[in-house]
Amino acid sequence: MMKLEPAPRLAGAVVARGVRKSFGDHLVLDGVDLDVAQGTVHALLGPNGSGKTTMVQIMSTLLPADAGQVRVAGHDVAGEPGLVRAAIGVTGQFSAVDNLLTGEENLLLMADLNHLGRAEGRRRAAALLERFDLADAAARPAMTFSGGMRRRLDLAMTLTGEPRLIFLDEPTTGLDPRSRRTMWEIIRELVSGGVTVFLTTQYLEEADQLADRIAVLDHGKVVAAGTPDELKRQTPGGHISLRFGDQGTLSSAASLLPGASPAEDGLTLQVPYDGSVHALKALLDRLDDGAVPVGAIGSLSLHTPDLDDVFFALTGHPSTERTERTERTEQESLR
Amino acid sequence: MSTMSLALRDSATMLRRDLRHSLRFPMMTVSGMLVPVIFLLLFAGVFGRALSAGLGVGSASYIDYLAPGILVMTAGFSAEATAVNVNMDFRLGIIDRFRTMAIARTSVLTGQVAGSLIRTMVTAVFVVAVAAGLGFRSGADAAAWIAAAGLFAALTFALTWLTVAFGLFAKTPGGANSLSLIPAILPFVSSAFVPTGAMPAGVRWFAENQPFTPIIDTMRGLLTGGAVGHDAIVAVAWCAGIALAGYLWARALYNRGPAGAPTLAS
Repeated sequence: MMKLEPAPRLAGAVVARGVRKSFGDHLVLDGVDLDVAQGTVHALLGPNGSGKTTMVQIMSTLLPADAGQVRVAGHDVAGEPGLVRAAIGVTGQFSAVDNLLTGEENLLLMADLNHLGRAEGRRRAAALLERFDLADAAARPAMTFSGGMRRRLDLAMTLTGEPRLIFLDEPTTGLDPRSRRTMWEIIRELVSGGVTVFLTTQYLEEADQLADRIAVLDHGKVVAAGTPDELKRQTPGGHISLRFGDQGTLSSAASLLPGASPAEDGLTLQVPYDGSVHALKALLDRLDDGAVPVGAIGSLSLHTPDLDDVFFALTGHPSTERTERTERTEQESLR
Repeated sequence: MSTMSLALRDSATMLRRDLRHSLRFPMMTVSGMLVPVIFLLLFAGVFGRALSAGLGVGSASYIDYLAPGILVMTAGFSAEATAVNVNMDFRLGIIDRFRTMAIARTSVLTGQVAGSLIRTMVTAVFVVAVAAGLGFRSGADAAAWIAAAGLFAALTFALTWLTVAFGLFAKTPGGANSLSLIPAILPFVSSAFVPTGAMPAGVRWFAENQPFTPIIDTMRGLLTGGAVGHDAIVAVAWCAGIALAGYLWARALYNRGPAGAPTLAS
């Protein structure tokens, strides 16, 4: 397979400072800074319309920025786009395969455009088809491929030139859960081979699963950046929800538990919780000692802080709240 | 590798891609071949007797008058497929992939143009063969045939660059198709079917001053042994002008930005 030496972690694979971009009078990126270390996975997390794709397009030389500096693989994207292109691989949000060619022909096309020799091109195409579980479909036109196969072919095409830095724009959007997990495994394998991966996603779980660092983008601004753990620490902690059969039991329990607050339904009590088993046992013991036996608790659910909480805490709106109307307005203003 | 040989190599790769598309899905090419043949049959077989009577020539010699005009029109009909192909291609994400690769920038376009040139030349050979089957007798010598082939290639090259630009400019394949009707329909108001002298004054002025009349007259002169003269210079000048304008327009449109319009928003 692809044998890659681990990259030295000296220079930043991507350094962006103060990137601004408008389409007409619609400001899409409002001073974005990014630092991506070599050999890491960096996620740019944000809802639809937050400017993720525009940022990827600027970093991959597809679009010029209005202001700011972007260095990718050590080269300025505006001044040396050719050198940047030689160093990167890009898999865009929309399928970038040639539908009329077969899976194998698509890969051979990439081999030719990477100026590999015929033998080397065939060798890499065969290896990638095998690795991405596409060998059986190699001779079929890509238009017959399923969504998951298409994404895998798309990524295989990106890897034909063995780039050291890969941009993945929403690599799992629209994939079923199984294909999504396959894609995650592929990304992890790439990184273990020393490749730097920059991915955008609107799935918090995806960023949490894959990324070494996350930048949260909202309305064209990075509202937070750090490791997944650092971001989780920035949120109000998790809690335990206790549901009781009647309000009397609830108020007895509330009096026993400092910091507990009743929810709106009047039967659920939320208690701050640090996520440990020890804290859970202590809480139940305290209720039991205070004459609220475990049997009086109707149900119990644990809520550890996840990136959804982070997103809500940082932006004041949930990650998925964006209404279709807002998106449509944005798209129209870009035309 | 030098920039030039890199450009040639990438263009050759893109040409192979384009020809593979044509071979795998030949309908566009086949319909580009059938349309001029239908016009040949229609004008030679259905309108031919009436037109030749009106022109005062025998219907046997009307096919000699008609065939060079239909041959020139073949370049216009084939351009339609180019515009639609380019438009569909550029709406796919793969063009953005090409733009992020370290390849000769316009090789995508030059590959398309070279592919269209080959398809149209093949179509032209087919059209000439059908015309010969219908009684077209050229009488031209080898030098005249080579000159005719050169003129046809120059016209096809020019119209292809123009229709590549149409394909890039149009928002939908339907729009690209509509724009490409311009070079397909323009020859109807030219000397393709009847001499411009047979037209009313206003129409005649237009027919005599539009690009297809000098090109068709030159082609007819070359293939049927008539005089070529001044028309040849005008014809070549039109081809060069259309090619240059089409190339510059296409290149400007290609460098404009990402193709995937829907990706702009997020």
